[in-house]
Amino acid sequence: MNPRQPPGIRPRLVAAGLGTERHRQPFPHSQENAMANPFPHAQSASPISGPPSALEYASDRIFRAIALSAASVIIILTAYILWEVAGKAMPAIGDYGLGFITGTEWDVNKGTFGVLPEIWGTLYSSLLALLLGGVFGIAIAIFLTQDFINHRLATIFRTLIEMLAAIPSVVFGLWGIYVLIPLLKPGAEWLHDEFGWIPLFGSDLSGPGMAPAALVLAIMILPTVAAISVDALRRIPYKVKEAAYGMGTTRWEAILKVMLPTASSGLLAALVLGFGRALGETMALAMLIGNANQISLSLFSPANTLASLLASNFPEAGQVEVHALMYAAMVLLAITFLVNVLGLGIQQYTLRKFEGKK
Amino acid sequence: MKTPSYIKSALAAGLVSLCAVSVAAHAEVKLNGSGASFPFPIYSKWFKDFSAEHEDIRIDYQSKGSGAGIQDLINGTVDFAASDAAMNDKDMAQVKQGVVLLPMTAGEVVIIYNLKGVKELNLPRDVYPAIFSGKITQWNDPAIAEANPGVDLPDEPITVVTRSDSSGTSFVFTGHLSAINETFKETVGQGKAPNWPNTGKFIAAPKNDGVTAQVQQNEGSIGYVEYGYAKLTGWKQVAKLENKSGKFIAAGPESGAAALASAEFPEGTLPNSDVPNLIAWVWDPAGEDAYPIATFTWMLFYKDQDDEKAAALREMVEYGVKKGQKIADSMGYIPLPKSVQERVLSTVEFIR
Repeated sequence: MNPRQPPGIRPRLVAAGLGTERHRQPFPHSQENAMANPFPHAQSASPISGPPSALEYASDRIFRAIALSAASVIIILTAYILWEVAGKAMPAIGDYGLGFITGTEWDVNKGTFGVLPEIWGTLYSSLLALLLGGVFGIAIAIFLTQDFINHRLATIFRTLIEMLAAIPSVVFGLWGIYVLIPLLKPGAEWLHDEFGWIPLFGSDLSGPGMAPAALVLAIMILPTVAAISVDALRRIPYKVKEAAYGMGTTRWEAILKVMLPTASSGLLAALVLGFGRALGETMALAMLIGNANQISLSLFSPANTLASLLASNFPEAGQVEVHALMYAAMVLLAITFLVNVLGLGIQQYTLRKFEGKK
Repeated sequence: MKTPSYIKSALAAGLVSLCAVSVAAHAEVKLNGSGASFPFPIYSKWFKDFSAEHEDIRIDYQSKGSGAGIQDLINGTVDFAASDAAMNDKDMAQVKQGVVLLPMTAGEVVIIYNLKGVKELNLPRDVYPAIFSGKITQWNDPAIAEANPGVDLPDEPITVVTRSDSSGTSFVFTGHLSAINETFKETVGQGKAPNWPNTGKFIAAPKNDGVTAQVQQNEGSIGYVEYGYAKLTGWKQVAKLENKSGKFIAAGPESGAAALASAEFPEGTLPNSDVPNLIAWVWDPAGEDAYPIATFTWMLFYKDQDDEKAAALREMVEYGVKKGQKIADSMGYIPLPKSVQERVLSTVEFIR
């Protein structure tokens, strides 16, 4: 706290609930004179330390009202969107039921709708992206926070990585088509020729497919994962690392056995957010994944995702198809929700296990 | 990427509306339309030129897709709509004021491919439907080789690029393939978003640009786009298709016009109405020099409506049919044949 602060400011801070831990004691104004006063300054009749004025009460109330209404608008909006989507999906849910989720064909002419290939494609591409983006994102965070490079340089690097998040996904898609796919092709062909017996390389790359899509997706979630991981690692007090060194750990032991577990809840939050972004990403995937309704383990075969299906078919969809698409949107919402709940659960678990918090 | 032009047009629109407010005394007719994206480039050019000539009429057109345009017309949110797939009887019955359908321009769908060193590719009638139904999978298939003597076809798999979004282009393309090939009709069928086979060699890309980009980037691929689009991008590898009379024909304004010339308009009127029926499909044109995949695209109007708007709409149609056809070729569309122009001009009188 600023030492030149005028005397008498502290009691006011306490009254506003802003005092630091050390000063947070019961200190009601009415009993001020009755008990021994630990803060003699407060007794001086300075106007600063008086009870809150009407204006302060009013502004406090107004702020509360604004905060409350802003929060409830978000909740109402979410509820309304859910209500709308669910309402429009209802006819399709009634017609197709669970068969919609296990079906593999999307044929408007015949009126058969199934999204299993899309669910598979969404999860598979997002998991691959998470694997790549997660490893690289956390590696970047370690590199930037654990004294590998000059602090100022680290800030520059971090800004650069965060700028990746500002690139529109169409640009990523175009970059994928014109740069990444031609780059991947020779390697993919070789892998398919030499290791074709491994299901992962079971087909050769005919342009768009799972591999370019997952790679671009990994780059897209990288800034999210890296930025949040950096914050998580920065939050650890320096003394934790000093203590680790004091115990005789090497630098990498300190990072892997002390720093990472201590930051694990933050790192997990980064991964969950990254995964969520990957699940919902639309445009770049619509351009790169090939939009073929099939389920294949092969990294090089085309696939489809829910978000891409929605984006491709909405503009010209008729009544019946709109209902089916809304159902597909519900499925995507449910997947995202499950992932978030699961992530939250794991986060709670690691909080207890590694960080000793309840 | 396109943002700057959006911003510009938004600004321009803002300015225009400001001016419009300031001279509100001047009676102005505003026409709103929405629908097909396929004729959007030529329509927007028409509307721009038309508005320059008629200061009291302003036309806004949103390219949303044929289905959305029909929906808007039924809901009554627009003054006119446009559709590549015309309008079916069920939809027409939902418009209480009655509808008038007029073919305004026409286009072709071409097959583009990417094969190194292959300047010309002839695709026979039984071959291209087989490629697009996944029956022929190799470039050096005997059926393709037979039609292309002297061409060095690689021993490579064919990658088929289709549209991932629902589109009038797909509707027209699959309509033609279904008309000439029974197997294609049974396995894939006609549709705006048909059910393409899943062989792992069928990939789908959004919009005409997406399909073009994928074909350009991937050797050994084949795809279908609008003729205007192929012309615009300057992609040279466009296949010649065998038509009904057994000749291999390249896409172009003459071959397209020849195809449309064989269009036979049905005698009689639209259901429950006295408006002549101008819905004609040329799924398999018969002419000797006709390019096999060509189609009209329609504008849809209410039959009974506001006098002022009806007059403005009639003027707009007349402009499109008379002056508008002259720029059709340069923009990659096919001018309407004379006989069709006359029919349109006589039918336009039903918009009252």
